[in-house]
Amino acid sequence: MTLHLAVALDGAGWHPAAWRAEDAQPDRLFTPGYWADLVAEAERGLLDFVTFEDALGLQSSLLNEPDERLDQVRGRLDAVLIASRVAPLTSRIGLVPTTSTTHTEPFHVAIGIASLDHISRGRAGWRPQISARPDQVAHFGRRAPFPPQDYSPDRDPAFRRHVRDLFAEAADVVEVVRRLWDSWEDDAEIRDVATGRFIDRDKLHYIDFQGDRFSVKGPSITPRSPQGQPLVTSLAHDTVPYEFTAQGSDVVYVTPRDREDATAIVERVRAAEAAVGRTEPPLRILADLVVFLDARDAAGRKTRLDDLDGAELESDARIFTGTPGELAALLLGWRDAGLAGFRLRPGALPHDLAAITRGLVPELQAAGAFRTAYDTGDLRGRLGLARPASRYAKAS
Amino acid sequence: MTKQIHLAAHFPGVNNTTVWSDPASGSQIDFDSFRHLAQTAERGKFDFFFLAEGLRLREAKGRIHDLDVVGRPESLTVLSALAAVTTHLGLAATVNSTFNEPYEVARRLATLDHLSGGRAAWNVVTSFDAFTGENFRRGGFLAEADRYTRAKEFLRTARELWDSWAPDAVAADRESGRFLRPGGVVPFRHRDRHFDIEGLFTTPRGPQGHPVIIQAGDSDEGREFAASSADVIFSRHSKLEEGRAFYRDVKGRLAAHGRRPEDLKILPAVTYVLGDTEAEARERAVEIRRAQVGPQTAIYFLEAVWGRDLSGYDPDGPLPDIEPNLDEGVTKGHAAFRRDRGEVVAKWRALAEEKNLSIRELAIEVSAPQTFIGTPRAVADEIDHFVQTDAADGFIFVPHLTPGGLDDLVDKVVPLLQEKGVFRADYTGPTLRDHLGLSPRTPNRTETPHPTETPNRTEEI
Repeated sequence: MTLHLAVALDGAGWHPAAWRAEDAQPDRLFTPGYWADLVAEAERGLLDFVTFEDALGLQSSLLNEPDERLDQVRGRLDAVLIASRVAPLTSRIGLVPTTSTTHTEPFHVAIGIASLDHISRGRAGWRPQISARPDQVAHFGRRAPFPPQDYSPDRDPAFRRHVRDLFAEAADVVEVVRRLWDSWEDDAEIRDVATGRFIDRDKLHYIDFQGDRFSVKGPSITPRSPQGQPLVTSLAHDTVPYEFTAQGSDVVYVTPRDREDATAIVERVRAAEAAVGRTEPPLRILADLVVFLDARDAAGRKTRLDDLDGAELESDARIFTGTPGELAALLLGWRDAGLAGFRLRPGALPHDLAAITRGLVPELQAAGAFRTAYDTGDLRGRLGLARPASRYAKAS
Repeated sequence: MTKQIHLAAHFPGVNNTTVWSDPASGSQIDFDSFRHLAQTAERGKFDFFFLAEGLRLREAKGRIHDLDVVGRPESLTVLSALAAVTTHLGLAATVNSTFNEPYEVARRLATLDHLSGGRAAWNVVTSFDAFTGENFRRGGFLAEADRYTRAKEFLRTARELWDSWAPDAVAADRESGRFLRPGGVVPFRHRDRHFDIEGLFTTPRGPQGHPVIIQAGDSDEGREFAASSADVIFSRHSKLEEGRAFYRDVKGRLAAHGRRPEDLKILPAVTYVLGDTEAEARERAVEIRRAQVGPQTAIYFLEAVWGRDLSGYDPDGPLPDIEPNLDEGVTKGHAAFRRDRGEVVAKWRALAEEKNLSIRELAIEVSAPQTFIGTPRAVADEIDHFVQTDAADGFIFVPHLTPGGLDDLVDKVVPLLQEKGVFRADYTGPTLRDHLGLSPRTPNRTETPHPTETPNRTEEI
């Protein structure tokens, strides 16, 4: 079985000082060429897909509020639009932007991702993400203030309830988006000159979603896209998010510390699938790793970035430093835990992305664990997922 | 001095002016259709390519309306992809200010401006429509009277967000270790009737400073909004005398807002039909109108005004003898004819009687008449005449075919305008503001009202 391999793109890389690395391109972060080059490199490496991080607030080194640091990358472009900008310049690689389930209208998300799927001819994915940060609420002014984030082991029960609510709302958003994607049957456009009808309205459907927090009528304005259902992916670290992702995602990113932990997490994900009565194909589980790759002294490179930043890098995911060969060995070792593959977060861009595509990928190919050419399928097909029929289509 | 003409193109969209029954009519959703139209507009050195918006499918008699071309992508997503396959063309998105929030819209437009190298434009539209609101979390709460106040405040807020990043905020200086310059990003705080928001904006100022602002309303409020805030007004006045009156009125309003007449470009939406001879063009124009207004569409069109089911009437027969139902409508999401339906009916009856028109003939006569019909030479002359006599600064062409609808305009009419010296032979700058001859927006970083200067929110309730 070959591995699935994705790369998570964010700013200058996942190290806060990555923009200060010698081969970094900090003055290009807000230009289309920067993103086009990165995604073209990922496509040359035959990767399954790239994800684009996003948030409706400025990056911060603090958990609950913006900081005043001037020495780290601050500022972002909209992830859906970056994905769309690179779509016509690529032909195989999957494009998976992040959007907020807390602040963004599900209708806008549904038509944006469906449009990306049309533009890319079946390469769109989506990463729904809750926004728990209190400062972001004030950017919209539509909700009561959020409690401070508290991820400590003995966390505040109010924050725990709050997160549970945000995930419940996120589940509603995913459900609405998926229903909107199905709200046009594949053959709804008929162009029947005799009756003057452009569409068959019996093949367009109100979704009539009624939740505790909002309702959405439908149908979408965007016809059903090439994949029918673009690939839904989400990051999860705990029971509530495992259950959220088991309800509505196709792919889950998890953050094991080691192989044993990976086995335990896979069990918890499967338990979450059972707990929510998942009927979709089982989640494809990809493990996230932050990676610094060099033929020599990757650890030294990371340490130099730590020194520039004034602190050792922290992450929810395991931080790997080493050679591409060593990383290949680790990935192959973890694979048997039940992982379908990995999403790698390059520590510094473009350096660690090129090390993945030019160093890691050949190692994995040599081990027979990675493709040597793209197949012809869409992104769902690449992940082994069939194209679903619209839930509203009458069985014929 | 000879005025230079501005040309823009509209994607043949979701309505009954798009002819989908023509064998040359392609997909309304395939990216290749958008690519073809945009690249044709760029080949013709057009200022911008424009996408409309609709956030709910229209209904007739409680069911989804099935006669129009429907099904479209999300505007900004498509325009961002078009930025990859064009180099100079402006990219204009219609984005509703009712069912969106300033923080998100401002960052998406600033993103498009970055990703296109300064070619983004925003057509600010409003909706009063609870029907559309049913697709959104916030619902259809907005009273019609609040449309423009929200739109104005929305735009003001977006500008405050764009201005909260200085043009040189991003230093990205490895030597000093400064990614941001001190004071380069300032917090925003906006409190007024519709928005009470504060924080830090995520997105650096785009190459144009502010995207080009387009506005389309024709009411007194709409004209004031455009005169105070817009760079382009998308007008409906495509008749010479009406166009001149509108032009005089709107340009006359600018001084009161401290603006010069050239700061706002007036571009009517127009259609065109070409032929090798005048007669051939006229004949084609009639064919197109009949394709646009089929028998069923003619009945639907009348039902929108009558507020009644008219399916029993013969489209080739006389107008209905029953009176309109002014209290209710049978169509939803149809923007036309919301007001004064009684007067419209009386006017149409008089017109049908005078010219002896059937239902379908009347519908053809009164809906979306074609603007420029004739040989390429005649059309080029007429376009030029409109602009030189101050009926417009240029036009937004709405072709009736996807994806080939601009081909003959660009191949046959544009070269004649270039020959006359009234239209650019090539782009003179990279940004849409360059094409329109608009100055870059310099940041007004004191615009954010101090909390003590803002109106009390509660007084409005």
